[in-house]
Amino acid sequence: MTRSTVRCGIAVTALLAVGEGRLGAQFPAGGPYSQADIQVGARVFASQCVVCHGATGNLVAGVDLRSGRFNRASNDGELMQIVMEGVKGTAMPAFTFTPAELTGVIAYLRNMRDFNAGAAALGNPERGRTIFEGSGRCATCHRVNGKGPRLAPDLSRVGSLRTADMIERAVVAPSSALNFENRSVRAVMRDGKTIAGRRLNEDTYTVQIIDEQEYLVSLTKADLREYTVIEKPSMPAYKGTLSSQDISDVVAYLLTLRGQR
Amino acid sequence: MTRRRFAALLPFCLATALPCALLAQVSSDRLLRAADEPRNWLTYSGSYMSQRYTQLREVTPSNVKDLEQKWIFQAQSLQSFSATPLVVDGVMYVTQAPNDIVALDARTGRVFWVYHYAATPGRICCRGLVNRGVAILDDTLFMATVDAHLVAVDARNGEQLWDTKVGEAKAAYAMTLAPLAIKDKVIVGVAGAEYGIRGYIAAYDAKTGKEAWKAYTIPGPGEPGHDTWPADGWEHGGASVWTTGSYDPELNLTYWGIGNPGPDFNAAQREGDNLYSDSVVALDADTGKVKWHFQFTPNDPYDYDSTQVPVLVDANWNGSPRKLMLWGNRNGFFYVLDRATGRFLLGRPFTKVNWASGLNPTTGRPILTPQPPGQPTFPGPAGATNWYSPSYSPRTGLFYLSAWENYSTVFAEGARVTYKEGQNFTGGNLTQTPGTAAMPLLGRGIINTWHEGAPRGVVLAIDPATGTRKWEFEMHDVTTSGILTTASDLLFTGGREGYFQALDARNGTLLWKVSVGGEVAAGPMSYQLDGKQYVAVAAGHCLFVYALR
Repeated sequence: MTRSTVRCGIAVTALLAVGEGRLGAQFPAGGPYSQADIQVGARVFASQCVVCHGATGNLVAGVDLRSGRFNRASNDGELMQIVMEGVKGTAMPAFTFTPAELTGVIAYLRNMRDFNAGAAALGNPERGRTIFEGSGRCATCHRVNGKGPRLAPDLSRVGSLRTADMIERAVVAPSSALNFENRSVRAVMRDGKTIAGRRLNEDTYTVQIIDEQEYLVSLTKADLREYTVIEKPSMPAYKGTLSSQDISDVVAYLLTLRGQR
Repeated sequence: MTRRRFAALLPFCLATALPCALLAQVSSDRLLRAADEPRNWLTYSGSYMSQRYTQLREVTPSNVKDLEQKWIFQAQSLQSFSATPLVVDGVMYVTQAPNDIVALDARTGRVFWVYHYAATPGRICCRGLVNRGVAILDDTLFMATVDAHLVAVDARNGEQLWDTKVGEAKAAYAMTLAPLAIKDKVIVGVAGAEYGIRGYIAAYDAKTGKEAWKAYTIPGPGEPGHDTWPADGWEHGGASVWTTGSYDPELNLTYWGIGNPGPDFNAAQREGDNLYSDSVVALDADTGKVKWHFQFTPNDPYDYDSTQVPVLVDANWNGSPRKLMLWGNRNGFFYVLDRATGRFLLGRPFTKVNWASGLNPTTGRPILTPQPPGQPTFPGPAGATNWYSPSYSPRTGLFYLSAWENYSTVFAEGARVTYKEGQNFTGGNLTQTPGTAAMPLLGRGIINTWHEGAPRGVVLAIDPATGTRKWEFEMHDVTTSGILTTASDLLFTGGREGYFQALDARNGTLLWKVSVGGEVAAGPMSYQLDGKQYVAVAAGHCLFVYALR
């Protein structure tokens, strides 16, 4: 261990001790991260991390910072160590942050998923589930934990992948929030046969979709008479259909979906 | 030479009935005339003019569809395969990231020897542990390493001849470029601008590894241009060098593109033009003295490194023969310079640009139009183009480059940052342009569904006389591939989608494509053996080699 590593190690321990102390004192329910730290971390992230990791934290292949799961760290101390020392053999460099910045970055990483969560009022997840499966008719298109059709995006992990704010916008006005990866496409073959589905992947010459019968289909663009990417989502906008309380409840339910582990 | 290596070499010599003496010395005279022996590929860009153009013409627009894979070399490395191989009289020399040199039979891909360089442990090399290839002079190969050493290796047996420290690895000096051998010297430059290095280009005696000259890319006290930096800024101002330069033997000038100033994005922290960041410098090849410079982006807030390969062209300009330099810059402008004087001749955007409304017609200095806070700047920080090798075909008279269209980012000055050795030294506050898809700068996964509103890759053919587009070939995804053109008017390139494709260099028509299953982030090259033309390109973690059936 080099001298600088020793110093880093001491710093991590000291910061962790501070964090743990605060956990008991001030944040019994919501976690050890203050909004102020998260805000500081968000600013640091935007200037230092976003170039490689992207604003959504998932631009480095195999790394999704927003998921709350880290490939090389199981606790905040290890996260801090990675930030300060980098990851050898990868493009992740070592950073020099003040203690406040480092605490902030960790706080932000731990709360990226729910950052901007203030936009979504706290709802009742149990009630949200009832609406999702009943009057909202969400489950007629979306699959959750192995149940439901596959044409619309599977929502089993949506609580890990999207912020509350993003989920709420997707429910209220899907056209403003639909992700690029969930575009529907319509292709007409030379013989007139039409294939519709959700796009899974695309390049200059081909497109891969899951069609309405849930088959995986790969099409060569040169074989198509027509190919349309449909930017308007088939999902209805629930604003006006569901009450604001209903929407909050659905959002609260979706935030509980973090995959089966 | 070890017995094992000798044993490996012997059957090759017998089987091909070629005496080993054919592994002739690559003299500096041969390097001067590299373009005239198209069966070989003797420098990173194919010749000192760096046109990445081959005089070979066996593969043509009409038979290119008959190309088939002849062999594949699978690198024992999961780093990006960014190298262009050299081929010398039947032997290929390619680097396996980060710093192995592999000598192969260019007919079969069978390996003669592997030289492994063990880089200093530690945090090294900001943008990935990559290497773009080797240089050769006489019987010696030269490789620049990620921990900023220059090594010389015997081309016949892979034994190390010398190892010279070029920069301090623990201060984040690194090298990823292929060196350039000129006369009796080997020239390299150092990377690490994001870590507060002070960049330089340096030449080493090819026989001994002793430093011959060193040219800082940030002038020191008393030197012209020093006053373009704040007093506390020049020592860590970046201005790195990470792509290979070019050389004009008549002028005895070697040309190198210089990277961004540091701290990146925080232009206000380093008031002044910040010479020679984002510039091209012309150096006396014997002394390293700066003969002239031209700066593309003064006081750069956008990370517009000018680390493109300088493409040298002898052509008529306004009716008179002239020594030109063509440059598709990361800042979105295409430039034509007089390479004897550095005089600006022409500049025009080759894609959407809004950080400048144009260039001063006399000086080429940009007329700045900084965007209001929160508004996107075109192009974004990965640039309208980048390190990807361009090409120039003397037959078509066109300049070809890989570019990103419709690419922007919202930039903002970040908090003041303080230098600390070996640590990240960047400022800025970058956010995605609202309503666009997230844009990975350095490669991405294998799923691509984010393109609506996001940039696309294009191959552009630019007429140097006017700076206008002659044609374009649009891809779904962005591209980081270099370009090769041939004397049969073919253009070879790839992209992030994992295709390698041939276009008609005259009009951009797609003539052939093959799946290589991984990103092409290197420049293709061509060579000839037994009268047969081969085309080679690295993609993913492999080198693919094609020839006609």
